[in-house]
Amino acid sequence: MITAEKEKQQKTDEDYILEVNNLKKYFPIKGGILRRTVGHVKAVDDVSLNIVRGETLGIVGESGSGKTTLGRVILKLLEPTEGQIVFENEDITNSKNRKMRDIRKDLQVVFQDPYASLNPTMSVQELIEEPLLVQTDLSRKERLQKVEEMLDKVGLRKSDQLKYPHEFSGGQRQRISIARALVLNPKFIVCDEPVSALDVSIQAQVLNLMADLQEEFNLTYLFISHDLSVVKHISDRVAVMYLGRIAEVAPKKAIYEEPLHPYTQALLSAIPTVGKEKKREKIILEGDLPSPSNPPSGCPFRTRCPQAHDLCSQVRPDLQDVGDGRLVACHLYNEK
Amino acid sequence: METKELPKEMKMDNPQGDDNKKIKKGKTPFQLAMGRFMKNKAAVISVVVLLLIIVAVIAAPLITSHDPTESNLRNIEKGPSSEHYLGTDSSGRDTFARMLYGGRVSLIVGFSAMIFTLVIGVILGSIAGYYGGRVDSIIMRFADMMLILPFLVLVLVVVSILPKVTIGIFVAVIALTSWPGLTRIVRGSYLSLREQEFVLGAKAIGARDFRIIFKHFIPNAIGPIVVNATLMMASYIIAESALSFIGFGIPQPTPTWGNMLSEAQSIRILQNNPEAWIPPGLAILVTVLCINFIGDGLRDAFDPKSSKRS
Repeated sequence: MITAEKEKQQKTDEDYILEVNNLKKYFPIKGGILRRTVGHVKAVDDVSLNIVRGETLGIVGESGSGKTTLGRVILKLLEPTEGQIVFENEDITNSKNRKMRDIRKDLQVVFQDPYASLNPTMSVQELIEEPLLVQTDLSRKERLQKVEEMLDKVGLRKSDQLKYPHEFSGGQRQRISIARALVLNPKFIVCDEPVSALDVSIQAQVLNLMADLQEEFNLTYLFISHDLSVVKHISDRVAVMYLGRIAEVAPKKAIYEEPLHPYTQALLSAIPTVGKEKKREKIILEGDLPSPSNPPSGCPFRTRCPQAHDLCSQVRPDLQDVGDGRLVACHLYNEK
Repeated sequence: METKELPKEMKMDNPQGDDNKKIKKGKTPFQLAMGRFMKNKAAVISVVVLLLIIVAVIAAPLITSHDPTESNLRNIEKGPSSEHYLGTDSSGRDTFARMLYGGRVSLIVGFSAMIFTLVIGVILGSIAGYYGGRVDSIIMRFADMMLILPFLVLVLVVVSILPKVTIGIFVAVIALTSWPGLTRIVRGSYLSLREQEFVLGAKAIGARDFRIIFKHFIPNAIGPIVVNATLMMASYIIAESALSFIGFGIPQPTPTWGNMLSEAQSIRILQNNPEAWIPPGLAILVTVLCINFIGDGLRDAFDPKSSKRS
């Protein structure tokens, strides 16, 4: 909290498009005959993030680390339990209905599964037209013209616009999703593992397309992925999540060359290397991800951390600024 | 050889270059299902037979010149003749004319009760399935309560209270007692759709609830809805026949296939005048069979995973 404020003061000149302050999302666990709440799954637990206009912030973490939930809470598809979301200097945490609908014009999403994220009963044209229909007063002619424009931008044929999603491959469907997200000219896009379901060769195409479009439309991405090499390819800065909390945030180059947090180190050592690249020593983590309904005391990572010491089980480490725009939540870097 | 011709920027995923060709129209999942349906022989034959029956009952005045309600007490229980193709009943009414006009009533009752149930079921199921939570609990507990009310007893009570049972009242009673089944089916499909990413996607663009229900939920739940509505219609025709047979359905002299069967309550007619009760019985049998075949065909068409028996 204190460090977040400090950081804010230091960088007041930065143009943040999105600020997330101490965001929490707890899912209640209902049990017993009366369906009383017997506990909480702490999917996102006290996350603070700032995203600069025009950058791509990558979020990595293993399954169950809360990265998708974080994305959905930012989009207000899930109501936050606690905390604050500030988009374009406007607190949208409690915005509802009409006001939220206006904000959604600028805040879009590309989902993970290209087979589940497009309504199978709508044609490509209807799919891309729908955001315009909901958000603008354009005439049908103008809307269809815009649809064709977008199809062209994402590299799909205009002649395919009356086809239905099942007639396309995964990569093409993801292009449709991107066109749908971009047609309103948004400023900020949450990309929730947009290439995880695609073949590697198609991944590269879609990533390059997204990078091109970012430049063309001056977009800001929050790029969620479990794939470190994908995040490395597209991000400017990377945030590592573990058990609903942020372990480390740093510029891409810094984090890949010299990871600070023991968890980041373990993650990066697990990237398979090819050919003559120098081999890192692999750090094999013991055990499984602890349950987010009952996280360990102190540092959530201490149960699997090779460098854990006494303090780690007692005090929960806050994100602290260690210079060069790097933040890390680990007692190893406590200021002495 | 052809590979030499490929332009450098040719992308695997993205064959460009024929934008000038005419726009190809794709097929919706619904159209694809209809394509599969048309390959099901039993279902297609059933459609044809059912259409023939419908045409016959609509064109009844052209086919017969007799009035189905006009009795002629000097001409009762006569066998088939060139004047009365299927003879006359115990009140001297022309059986063939009653067959045709009775089919009108039976089909109208079945069809309108189905539409009525569909409206109630889809609306309540949509509200319960989409909003969930407390609204869902209230609607579904109410549905459970309706399910334990025995249909027959309710109909008997209504019929005995009201001075005159019209087709409209009869349809309303059927629909008001049988909507819970469809409501559950609609709610069930919504529960699985609600978790789909495209629904989240619709919320993310700021679509209103109304739009999400009509553009995203109903078109994707149309399969089970259509299948169950079809099968419901068959069971309503049987219900109408059964109730009319025991005298609690549409009252005489309005002809229905069910109350024509009630002629056969007399053992004398049952034995001596089979032409009086076999035709309406056969009509009910064929119609219900056809509708059930169509329903099964639709089920297989909408859900190709459902096993094709035999």
